[in-house]
Amino acid sequence: MLQRLRENKSTQGTLLALPTTVWLFILLIIPLFLTLVISFGKRSPDGNVIYTFTLNNYIRLSGYTTDCPDGQATCFDPLYLQILGRSLSLAFNTTALVIIMAYPLAYFIARAHPKQRNMFLFMVLIPLWTNFVIRVYAWMMLLRKEGAINIIIGWIANFLHIPFQPFEMLYTPGAVLVGMVYEFLPFMILPIFTSLEKIDTSLYEAAADLGANSIKTFLRVTLPLSMPGVVAGTILVFIPVMGTFIVSDILGGRQVILVGNLIQRQFLDARDPTFGSAASLILMIMTLIVTYFYTRKFGFGEEIVAA
Amino acid sequence: MTSEFAVEMRDVVKRFITPEGSEMAAVDHVTMQIKNGEFFSMLGSSGCGKTTSLRMIAGFEWPTEGEVFIEGKPMGHTPPFQRKVNTVFQSYALFQHMSVFQNVAFGLEMEGAAKDEIEKRVKRALEMVQLTGMERRRPKQLSGGQQQRVALARALVKTPDVLLLDEPLGALDLKLRKEMQLELKALQQQLGITFIYVTHDQEEALTMSDRIAVMSKGKVQQMGTPVEIYERPSNKFVADFIGESNFIEGKIKSLSGNEACVFVPSLNAELIGMPISDGLVKGEEVTVCIRPEKIHIAEKNAVNQNMFRATVTNTVYIGVDTKVFVDAHGAKLKVWEQNRISRLDPKSFYTVGQEIWLMLMPENTLVLKKD
Repeated sequence: MLQRLRENKSTQGTLLALPTTVWLFILLIIPLFLTLVISFGKRSPDGNVIYTFTLNNYIRLSGYTTDCPDGQATCFDPLYLQILGRSLSLAFNTTALVIIMAYPLAYFIARAHPKQRNMFLFMVLIPLWTNFVIRVYAWMMLLRKEGAINIIIGWIANFLHIPFQPFEMLYTPGAVLVGMVYEFLPFMILPIFTSLEKIDTSLYEAAADLGANSIKTFLRVTLPLSMPGVVAGTILVFIPVMGTFIVSDILGGRQVILVGNLIQRQFLDARDPTFGSAASLILMIMTLIVTYFYTRKFGFGEEIVAA
Repeated sequence: MTSEFAVEMRDVVKRFITPEGSEMAAVDHVTMQIKNGEFFSMLGSSGCGKTTSLRMIAGFEWPTEGEVFIEGKPMGHTPPFQRKVNTVFQSYALFQHMSVFQNVAFGLEMEGAAKDEIEKRVKRALEMVQLTGMERRRPKQLSGGQQQRVALARALVKTPDVLLLDEPLGALDLKLRKEMQLELKALQQQLGITFIYVTHDQEEALTMSDRIAVMSKGKVQQMGTPVEIYERPSNKFVADFIGESNFIEGKIKSLSGNEACVFVPSLNAELIGMPISDGLVKGEEVTVCIRPEKIHIAEKNAVNQNMFRATVTNTVYIGVDTKVFVDAHGAKLKVWEQNRISRLDPKSFYTVGQEIWLMLMPENTLVLKKD
């Protein structure tokens, strides 16, 4: 038996892939299938699922509803489409801002003296040791009307004898953006750092030797060679930003509702798992579409993954 | 060309701070003058300061003291991209995200050359290094030797006054390296550009160079043509580093003109008519240095002068030569005998324990100050 296994390469392969297959099945395929089935179901009055086949949940997401105020049969309410659009544009903005902020930082760390480099990397990682929710609450303390930022600006204004009204920063789209950028910055810094650090210093010297000043060296050598890091970081940031609900929940209040919040509320508040499932699938499809086109253009940042 | 010298290093010192925090002079008061159109090599083992010297000429490092001149102009802190020198790096330092064409064109684009001119010059440069047809390949798709040629073309396309080469053949296998040595030399002669070549391989330096600077511990030990370096090493370090040497300790017994009589205690004999360099005085302790291939072995004492009895302790056949190790009154010497005749007959070798005579010709020996 063992002897036969030793000779049979394809059986070996199947056996080796078995644990992974089982895990994937339990953790990915079955839940996804359940979500799909439930999304076609109907909510019972007590918040359970009636298994049937109806497209109502999807139609509701697209904005058409039978629950009209002035007695019409159907009417259009763009609420859910707005939420989807807001989520998408926030994810784009967050990713773009994170790239702009992370690149110089990663560049600085990669070029620092090896001893300091480890310390800087350590400092980037330290926030990740604290619970995600607590860190978002910290931002609430900073941003709210009586928060640290307003107090400090107030002191300065007072000192300069300028009349000062505290800024309304909390529960605005801006606050959510700040929170998102803060949360996901390390996930961009690390892959960019890795790709920058891998660039052989003799390449910079070669560029200088061939007549490139530091700006041209950066644009023609450093930037293209660090693109795999940017691509990998973008994937690591964009996908979770699309689905997260904690940041918008705490810093956006009822003002900034994202798909993540919508889904969460369907399951926990509205007790409508069928609509929540449909929204989840739509979120997944949207993310997949964006990621698909992005990776088709830029790849997965393979060199980072390979390293 | 405004200056007789393509590159000049005047009393250059480069100090680094070691990780332990102390100062170390990687280059210690080096003065070199490299003539226009010369193939000049810096030869030494790792850490001798040759690469640091090259990097200071390229502009990647700045001297702590002293000055580097290129075409007679002091370089000071001139950055690399403003110097008319180009470098071929040890690791080639090719841009992996660019094709061969783009790599070679990079330097010309930086000059702001016109598109059709770039195309023409890149084409010519790739022809020169026999890489025509490889334009669209990526460096990763090329063999080590081909990558080496791309690096060469990328530097040469800029038509530098001086080409700096930092152990460019180090990563190639022996056969390819030998081919490339001759090719590089031919290319240098054809282009008439000054080449400054850093290597730790003495044979490479001797094969290609017009002049060699032998370096050790940040200092130039000797500068001269390959023949001068090999035949007249100026100190024991050079004699030992370049090729192989026998060293015999002795004392000057008497002087007459440029010749000395040296008493060698280990042989209990006198060496007569030894040519000496300046500055040696009677009674001084000296080292007599002779190359293994320059000692003659005789079956019997024929001339009576500068001949010693010795016992064969070992023989090693290495194809071209047979290495004969002998013991002369306790002095261990090595003698290379060229295999001019077929060695198929085992009797053609000396046997261990055989008594022979060694003859040292005065013109083949060097008397050096003992250090």
